[in-house]
Amino acid sequence: MDFNDNATEAEYRAQVRAWLDENAADYREPAAESWKLPEFIARSKAWQAKKHAAGYTGITWPKMFGGQGLTPMHSIIYGQEESRFHVPQGLYSIGLGMCIPTVFTHGQPEVIQRYVPKALLGEEVWCQLFSEPAAGSDLAGIRTKAVRDGDEWVIDGQKVWTSFAHASDFGIVVTRTDPSQPKHKGLTMFIVNMKAPGVTVKGIKQMSGGSDFNEVFFDGVRVHDSHRLGAVGDGWKVALTTLMHERLAVGGKPRYAPGYETLMTLARGVEAPDGTPAIGASDVRQKIAQTYINDQGIKLTQMRALSALSKGQVPGPEQSISKVVVAKTMQDLASFALDLAGGDGFIAGADADPELAKLQGSYIGSAGLRIAGGTDEILRNIIAERVLGLPGDMRPDKDTPFNQSVAV
Amino acid sequence: MNFDFSDEAKELGAQARKLLAERAGTGPARKAMAADAAAMDAPLWKEIAELGWTAARVPEAHGGLGLTVEEVAQLAEAAGGSLAHVPLIATLLATEALVLAGTEAQQAKYLPGIASGETIATVAWSEQGSNNPVNLKTVARGGALSGVKQPVADLAVATLVIVAAAGPDGPQLYIVDPANAGVAAVETVDLVRRHGRLTLDGVPAEALGTAGDYQDWLDRAAIILAYEAIGTAGAAMAMTVDYAKTRAAFGQKIGRYQAVKHKCADMYIKLELARAHALHGLAMIGMNGPELRQAAAAARCASLDALAFCAEENVQLHGGIGFTWESDCQFYYRRNRTAVAALGPRGWWADRLVRALEQRNRPAA
Repeated sequence: MDFNDNATEAEYRAQVRAWLDENAADYREPAAESWKLPEFIARSKAWQAKKHAAGYTGITWPKMFGGQGLTPMHSIIYGQEESRFHVPQGLYSIGLGMCIPTVFTHGQPEVIQRYVPKALLGEEVWCQLFSEPAAGSDLAGIRTKAVRDGDEWVIDGQKVWTSFAHASDFGIVVTRTDPSQPKHKGLTMFIVNMKAPGVTVKGIKQMSGGSDFNEVFFDGVRVHDSHRLGAVGDGWKVALTTLMHERLAVGGKPRYAPGYETLMTLARGVEAPDGTPAIGASDVRQKIAQTYINDQGIKLTQMRALSALSKGQVPGPEQSISKVVVAKTMQDLASFALDLAGGDGFIAGADADPELAKLQGSYIGSAGLRIAGGTDEILRNIIAERVLGLPGDMRPDKDTPFNQSVAV
Repeated sequence: MNFDFSDEAKELGAQARKLLAERAGTGPARKAMAADAAAMDAPLWKEIAELGWTAARVPEAHGGLGLTVEEVAQLAEAAGGSLAHVPLIATLLATEALVLAGTEAQQAKYLPGIASGETIATVAWSEQGSNNPVNLKTVARGGALSGVKQPVADLAVATLVIVAAAGPDGPQLYIVDPANAGVAAVETVDLVRRHGRLTLDGVPAEALGTAGDYQDWLDRAAIILAYEAIGTAGAAMAMTVDYAKTRAAFGQKIGRYQAVKHKCADMYIKLELARAHALHGLAMIGMNGPELRQAAAAARCASLDALAFCAEENVQLHGGIGFTWESDCQFYYRRNRTAVAALGPRGWWADRLVRALEQRNRPAA
């Protein structure tokens, strides 16, 4: 066994590294203060255009859609190298990671022609309009409706948790087009112009104080039938394409999240109840060990998947454990460490110790991470059903026409 | 990147799982549990030796196949999953000590017998009143050992015992002929694998390597035992999942209930974490990598976590039937205690893991 690149991988890595050294020099250090939205968008667009010109966008996409037609390993290597810099990140991850692959898989040729190149170049930003107030984990329960009117469809309803809707030009939206069908049928997906009349975006302030996502209201929004993705009534199937990409995108421990090293450092400077350094206390050492086992275990599990990809094989299902382990481990570690720090761990703002402030951020952020992109509970269902082959949950509304379902 | 077993190791593992599915499993384990049953399945052991499993790790110069620890890991997982009533794990652990630390003369003397299956070997580290592998009361003085080791796996059938004892530079390994020592049976919670008490009263012993070699052997033993535990935990998980797919309650299969399926998912999560660390350990052995100590300790902890959870929840999810003598749940549930006794408790290994991390992340003075 080894953790080295093969010859092709090493060559690509060297090429990427040389390009980044020359072109990402401004981003060697983290920004002195975090960018305001307009600056973040401007920097993101400039960086995406630069990458695009050099052939580092759409790395795994087919060439006919403007991609590079390379392997997942190439994309991973680019990502690893880019992550050593502090380039603007996130504006395109949903659009290019989930929306546009859905567009080029299910869209009509002229629509692909119109939207895909501009998205890849970074000129236009995309968001994904799936969740609703009454349809989160149970996504097929959506109520936003689309009614046909000649060559157009008229959309009314509300979406929620839409990341970057406030910065987006377009979105993909799942709607209910036939409420007399059971819930998974009668759905249809469309491309929608986020600047169209009748679209209202309202920021949601999160528990953390930040505002990364939004409510989006549709009030008589008109979409041409050419902007339909997949057949009428096939929206669920199309949405699964998108979600498959989401599961690949949401995974490992976030870069900002403290790990076992943070707890080791903290425990050297804090006293245990008996007055000795906490690093010697058995409960502290057990927590350090458990955090290492979970976080490093996920990293190693991802390496198993990379190893399969590198050999041109399909990775095993073990990747599915990533987020459910990482998010809870992050919460447990932050909670334990803040507990260890006592009152100091509770002081926030200007008076806070910067390391403890990071742990506070992790404590609050992890509560969101345990929900985003599939809750802990839904992810356990997926492991049990898809990996272990256990029967699906009882779904009393599965075959009932949506408009007759008792829960509606 | 190549973070996976070699094709050769996978092939040997498939062969081992196939044979042991036919010849071992809970049926033969139940027969072995009878008080008058043999201390091991001798015909199966003969077949295993003929297939070269005990020769796998022995260098070719000493009559073996000269394979790697990856093959040993595959065999250990197959043995763990099948509960095979043979002294395979004990012999693999002793072989690893001889391969790692034996002089040329010691290897020439002991390894050919192991390779052919004639020699059954085991390792004795545990003592009364001890719960960690480095705090030993058995002492070596003037080429002889004194102390009492228990419980020792497969001692009754062993013809070669590797003993951990306090040497001049700390705990280390010694080679002992059990014919020179007192050997008695001890009952344990595990009713299938036999254990014994080895009484050493000035018994002649050869030093096997150094105190440093003992620490290195602990890493390797932890990884081999992690694979045994992964095999057993995987079998317990499979038993639970099968039951959850067939048992009905309140008008549906119990596997539909999230209270049940989420526990099954947690079994899988713990098993995959254990696999990741155990494979890391094998990679570090193969690459002679600097993270072997932490990988081995993490593999030990994660595999004990997986086995404890799978074995316990297997009984729980079977309900009342799982608590009966007739149910096979007890084999895995009891084997969970064997796994801990084999190389010391999770707490000690978690501490060893943190010590390894401290060594590697020492803050600048």
